[in-house]
Amino acid sequence: MSSLSRIALGLAASTFLTSGAMAEDGKVKIGLVFTLSGPAAVLGEQGRDGFLLAVEKLGKLGGLDTEVVVIDDEQKPDVAVNKARELVERDGVDFVVGPIFSNILQAIAKPVTDADVILISPNAGTSSFAGKECNPNLFVSSYQNDQVHEVLGAYAQKQGYSNVFLMAPNYQAGKDSLAGFKHSYTGGVAGEIYTPLGQLDFSAELAQIAAMQPDAVFTFMPGGMGVNLVKQYRQAGLEGIPFLSAFTVDETTLPAQQDAADGFLAGSNWAPDLDVPASLEFVKDYEAKYGSIPATYAMQAYDAALMIDAAVREVGNADDTEALRAAMEKADFDSLRGEFSLGPNHFPIQDFYLVKAAKREDGKYETRIVEKIFDDYQDNYVSECVMP
Amino acid sequence: MIALAPRTRLLAAALLFVLFALLPFLATALDDHFIVITATRVMVFAIAALSLDLILGYGALVSFGHAAYLGIGAYTVAVLSSNGVSDLGLQMLGAVLASAAFAAVTGAISLRTKGVYFIMITLAFGQMAFFFFVSLSSYGGDDGFTLQARSTLAGMALLEDDRVFFYVTLAALVLLFLFANALIGSRFGRVLTGTRENPLRMQAVGFTPFRYQLTAYVISGCMAGIAGVLLANQTEFVSPAFMTWHRSGELIVMVILGGIGTLVGGILGAAAFLMLEEWLAIFSEHWKLGMGALLILVVLFTRGGLTGLLRRFLGGRA
Amino acid sequence: MTNLLLLQALNGLQFGILLFLVAAGLTLVFGIMDFINLAHGVLYMVGAYLLATFVGVTGSFWLGLVIALPVALAFGLVLEFLIFRRLYDRSHLDQVLATFGLIMIVNEGVKIIWGAAPLSVPMPELLSGSVPLVGPLQYPVYRIAIIAAGLLTALGLYLMIGHTRIGMLLRAGASNGAMVSALGVNIRRLFMIVFGFGAMLAGFAGAMVAPILSVDPGMGESVLILTFVVIVIGGIGSIRGAFIAAILVGLVDTLGRTFGPILLRMVLEPSAASQTGRTLAPMLIYILMAAILFFRPAGLFGRKS
Repeated sequence: MSSLSRIALGLAASTFLTSGAMAEDGKVKIGLVFTLSGPAAVLGEQGRDGFLLAVEKLGKLGGLDTEVVVIDDEQKPDVAVNKARELVERDGVDFVVGPIFSNILQAIAKPVTDADVILISPNAGTSSFAGKECNPNLFVSSYQNDQVHEVLGAYAQKQGYSNVFLMAPNYQAGKDSLAGFKHSYTGGVAGEIYTPLGQLDFSAELAQIAAMQPDAVFTFMPGGMGVNLVKQYRQAGLEGIPFLSAFTVDETTLPAQQDAADGFLAGSNWAPDLDVPASLEFVKDYEAKYGSIPATYAMQAYDAALMIDAAVREVGNADDTEALRAAMEKADFDSLRGEFSLGPNHFPIQDFYLVKAAKREDGKYETRIVEKIFDDYQDNYVSECVMP
Repeated sequence: MIALAPRTRLLAAALLFVLFALLPFLATALDDHFIVITATRVMVFAIAALSLDLILGYGALVSFGHAAYLGIGAYTVAVLSSNGVSDLGLQMLGAVLASAAFAAVTGAISLRTKGVYFIMITLAFGQMAFFFFVSLSSYGGDDGFTLQARSTLAGMALLEDDRVFFYVTLAALVLLFLFANALIGSRFGRVLTGTRENPLRMQAVGFTPFRYQLTAYVISGCMAGIAGVLLANQTEFVSPAFMTWHRSGELIVMVILGGIGTLVGGILGAAAFLMLEEWLAIFSEHWKLGMGALLILVVLFTRGGLTGLLRRFLGGRA
Repeated sequence: MTNLLLLQALNGLQFGILLFLVAAGLTLVFGIMDFINLAHGVLYMVGAYLLATFVGVTGSFWLGLVIALPVALAFGLVLEFLIFRRLYDRSHLDQVLATFGLIMIVNEGVKIIWGAAPLSVPMPELLSGSVPLVGPLQYPVYRIAIIAAGLLTALGLYLMIGHTRIGMLLRAGASNGAMVSALGVNIRRLFMIVFGFGAMLAGFAGAMVAPILSVDPGMGESVLILTFVVIVIGGIGSIRGAFIAAILVGLVDTLGRTFGPILLRMVLEPSAASQTGRTLAPMLIYILMAAILFFRPAGLFGRKS
């Protein structure tokens, strides 16, 4: 479906060569930028599918004819910049929704927002954009990255741990994650390890953990690294040490981790069992259509579609960016997360939960809410943000 | 190896450059500004592929770490512009110096090896550079670093206009091509080609292949560094992702796809590779299937890449 | 500390042997046929996916493995028939371009057939659990199984190449193919067998790591560069070199990661030491390779060209 509309667009642009710059009145045109190839494609697919599910359900976003263009950023910043500029300058989209990864957001934010197009990030929420570099045209439907790590830190603090082992990949997000954890955890640190990006074998780190016997382990190991770590953690017989993680155990990795992750703890702003009727229905519809359980990536993209829907409905068209911005800021929509609002930096104010990996009756794995850790929680950078 | 006659090479290149120069007018006629942006990107990679062809095609030095120079050039822009040096010329000079230093050291070590060992040792240095920039927190680490603005020319923000930037990039491409062309035609170029064909004989007649190869390697690195400066300006963003081994592999693929040892081939290959990437993605999200199949077909059925194909198509007159 | 050092050495050995399992097929094809096969990583990936599929169908790891191996072999032979045999007499660069294209096709094909989400392969009952070492330290049984599989593969290859008729033909074919075929040996068929066997070895390695690593469409590329590093350090075509290089890489990577920062702390102040350690850790194996090639430009056991 998406590729068909893409072909139609390509033909329109190259054959008929109509003026591509401005979207027609009475229509809303949205460009989705997700990573759809390479090892991380599963996250991008969730985002895309979540958004398209919302479009299918609502039919017309904000009551206007809706056209969606899906592009693959290939997880390469320069490719993403080029394609984002194509969306803005050739396809004339009114909104861009994406991406998954922080470095892609960093790359596309300038070309999209400079063109006075509204950019909604359904996952990446870097500290720079929450603080000093906050941008009137940039909205975030997910969270500020640090917050998820802070959930685990607060939990460790509450449990009275005094000796936690920290581990993250050696790159920017990894460093941010350990900083985020320590923001809300003041106890002792047994060890702090940065592993090379893409590491396959964690036996060296696991041996250190076994030797130290910390109160708990906190880690951030997204994607395939997380699958490897969780499997090897249990095989090393360490399941007696509580495993706290962020973006390591979720519905995209659980199909591969299965039993190995059972009972492992994570932080999140949502879980499929969250007791909000619209959310439960979303999970059911998503599973029926795509055959897998949605993770937060899908939920946040769905919410991004709801944000657009509400804003366009209030303004009545998709061309008046200034009015759309004002409408977006109200966040007057029913989030799948229940209570939801946006701070002055356009980042969400929402609840955060401790979640746990568990097996459902049908044998599939999902995360479940254990307890609420933060209520109406706002990020730590909002005070640095001065909206022009 | 297909050797294009120097005249044919110049003629083909001139034709290509004229076509490029006309693109902005086409964009106006079609009211599709995006053509200018894509074409600029193609020319940036054409410079990088051209620089690789210089050593790969004429010196048989297959560098699998060439993307490192793209990164070094790009980060030179980031470092200099955040320290108040925004002039494009100065940034290019800085990139050339930084690339030359990196190329001289790594080249001197790498050239002790040959063939596949050379491929892998250049990969090793490329990876070291990549990991260095990943850990460079002050410039965003792997998240990358957004440039506030494009570089300036004579103190003016001329490059903010996509068309001006397009012609500046085209000028850089033409000048670097002419430079590479002159280099190949010179005594230096003949010695370099000689070391490719028969290093022993070159040694016997009194040349030290190492000195020529190292010089070529450094020159090539500097040219790729200039491409990096332009890439940073094109994306207004720098990131270690510019210098992954995938990118180095893609540069090699561009050169082989276009036809090695022709100079024009690098430019053609970069254009073909990037346009295919763009164009195939329109038809299906599984576009990589088609891209992969095309690459295999090019190897199986065109001896000498696209230039080889064109040459045969023109009935071998060229 | 000594215990930890021993354990980490064991871990390094195990990681090295894992790398050898993947590299063995590559160095065989590269050394004997002088063929650069960038697609070796995807053969490894296909092995893991086949195992995941057949374990799912049969419900047994062992049965799945027994079915997956011949299928991996068949897959290798089909690729040989369709593509590779047309590339044997081409330049290395043509081989690079064609196998680069093949990587794109197989990666995308795997995504179409099995989806982008990682798959799970349960640990065989027989090999799960850990054995106690000293103190609180334990060692997973499956890791020991990987070490055993790697050692058996090394031994098997050593015997086959050094002490069988096929091995003799292979060595002869590698040094002078025209002569061997003049003597009435079908060199094309010999190459086909070597290639199929190399593909099966890669598939076997993929199958063996499936229970401990993520089975996803990127797994081939994550080991491709590492295996090239191993065979280049060892000297292309040398099974013995690949074995020693693999263990060297495993040890340097594992021990360097753990003890590097500790050593650095002796000469630098703590924050500088951890910063430097973090920067250097991922570069370690590349520094190792560059250093070895600097002193031995054809690898540890490579033939001087």
